[in-house]
Amino acid sequence: MMDVAARPAEAEPDLSAIAADAAGEHGVCRPAVYVYEAPVRICHWVNAFSIIVLMVTGYLIGTPLPSVEGEASANFVMGYIRFAHFAAGQVLAVFFLARILWAFVGNHYSRQIFYLPVHRKHFWKEVLHEIRWYAFLDREPKMYVGHNPLARTAMFTGFTLFVAFMIVTGFALYSEGAGIDSWQHKLFGWVFAIWPNSQDVHTWHHLGMWALVVFVMVHIYAAVREDIMSRQSIVSSMISGERQFRD
Amino acid sequence: MGAATETFYSVIRRQGITRRSFHKFCSLTATSLGLGPLGASRIANALETKPRVPVIWMHGLECTCCSESFIRSAHPLVKDAVLSMISLDYDGTIMAAAGHQAEAILEETRAKHKGQYILAVEGNPPLNEGGMFCIHGGKPFVEKLKMVAEDAMAIIAWGACASWGCVQAAKPNPTQATPIDKVIANKPIIKVPGCPPIAEVMTGVITFITTFGKLPELDRQGRPKMFYSQRIHDKCYRRSHFDAGQFVEEWDDEAARKGYCLYKMGCKGPTTYNACSTVRWNGGVSFPIQSGHGCIGCSEDGFWDKGSFYDRLTNIKQFGIEKNADQIGMVAAGAVGAAVAAHAAVTAVKRLAGKSEDAHHTS
Repeated sequence: MMDVAARPAEAEPDLSAIAADAAGEHGVCRPAVYVYEAPVRICHWVNAFSIIVLMVTGYLIGTPLPSVEGEASANFVMGYIRFAHFAAGQVLAVFFLARILWAFVGNHYSRQIFYLPVHRKHFWKEVLHEIRWYAFLDREPKMYVGHNPLARTAMFTGFTLFVAFMIVTGFALYSEGAGIDSWQHKLFGWVFAIWPNSQDVHTWHHLGMWALVVFVMVHIYAAVREDIMSRQSIVSSMISGERQFRD
Repeated sequence: MGAATETFYSVIRRQGITRRSFHKFCSLTATSLGLGPLGASRIANALETKPRVPVIWMHGLECTCCSESFIRSAHPLVKDAVLSMISLDYDGTIMAAAGHQAEAILEETRAKHKGQYILAVEGNPPLNEGGMFCIHGGKPFVEKLKMVAEDAMAIIAWGACASWGCVQAAKPNPTQATPIDKVIANKPIIKVPGCPPIAEVMTGVITFITTFGKLPELDRQGRPKMFYSQRIHDKCYRRSHFDAGQFVEEWDDEAARKGYCLYKMGCKGPTTYNACSTVRWNGGVSFPIQSGHGCIGCSEDGFWDKGSFYDRLTNIKQFGIEKNADQIGMVAAGAVGAAVAAHAAVTAVKRLAGKSEDAHHTS
């Protein structure tokens, strides 16, 4: 079991707050802290599923499958692929928005992926430590209840910023079909002031997909690796919501 | 210049056109502009009462394809547009006067109709070397353009050149050819892009302005909504093949003969705003996709610089190499994948080494 008070040297500023939290909710001796509240976990898995659907269908929109046989009226392959893409995109947008709202009412950790405390020296020190840990320079990992600072940076950039970019460009592209009187065009048509030729918006949306592919690879690898190597649970925490500590 | 107070109606009656034909023309124009039931009578009323709008038509750095297209308009006939609806006072290409005479007309129109004439610009001004790459009546075109624009009511930017820059503004753009709206900031500008624009779109815009005395409703990029609010793709007659997933894979394959969608052949219909798939060309005879070739996106910004006309994905040149988004993405994903695998391997080795070390210590 982990006793936060017994490890003052490595204790995070967060941890003292968590100790109180843990004391309140689970009693002092419990080894787990409730980190990811239910809405956070639901958003995580819905977004994960949407992103996978979006990547596959998005790729197939850029590079369509071989032609189908028969009459055009008897087939709707591209139509279904595009429908899945648009549907998953709107689901992602809604849950992304819900996740932002939850950051206002949720616990301390629900806000972590939406901003970086870049003005705090301590934050950068911790990022450096995490880089050293991943570069095999430090043998002993630190303990974190929420995201470690490097993971937080990756989440902020790779998820929050990239997905926001994809949602904005995605709706802008959708507005092309929906028409210039649609709410999508009213809200996101300004994208075409930046790139007047929508071919460029397509290209950036495409590059954004690949950026997310890279993020997903690193995200899953880091989560699994941390689960094995670090002193806290990672993967199961996103299912149960509780972070288990071990030592 | 007594002609300036003449109306369109009095001019065509003098040409021997009956009132019945005049109303037929009004109905047809109202229909092609998509106006409501009262549109025809409003057009008739405007053409009967309003003085003809003076137009100065200037040519910058261009190929005159806009004029070539314009003179082929069928509805309305360009003859009606030029000789009756507007008072085309100055157009270097098709006017009878030349030299000092032509310059005098330009000055006269400018002075007499200050703030009332329309300036139609075909082509664009090159700004490099003080504008010396395009000389117009002994002066750099850019100076002349600014001068004439100063007293204009509004400006029509004909074609991709005036709207976006087109081929002379393509990279590396040695003459620094610049679209009109980057040079003139204080006048309403209506962009009618295309290389060239469709003839009926050009005369349609002119008819709208002469009829209602104002510019048509413009979209975010300054193009008239009535002709540029939808993509070629949205109204393409091959759209059903796109939705079905039936594509031409090669120019001479069976799918090409069957008239399948040209998406995979690099058709720019999905990213191009124009009226080709509805109005079509040469009096509604055909348009590029109908004749078996993809759209090249000629009415879009910088269409010369977006890679091949025959690629679906745009090439990106930022890294000194020409690759499309998928090629760049796959390389990035592959590199990161390899890095992840290597990192995992090192982690595993370290962990095993660490364990045996621990085991050694405890034993």
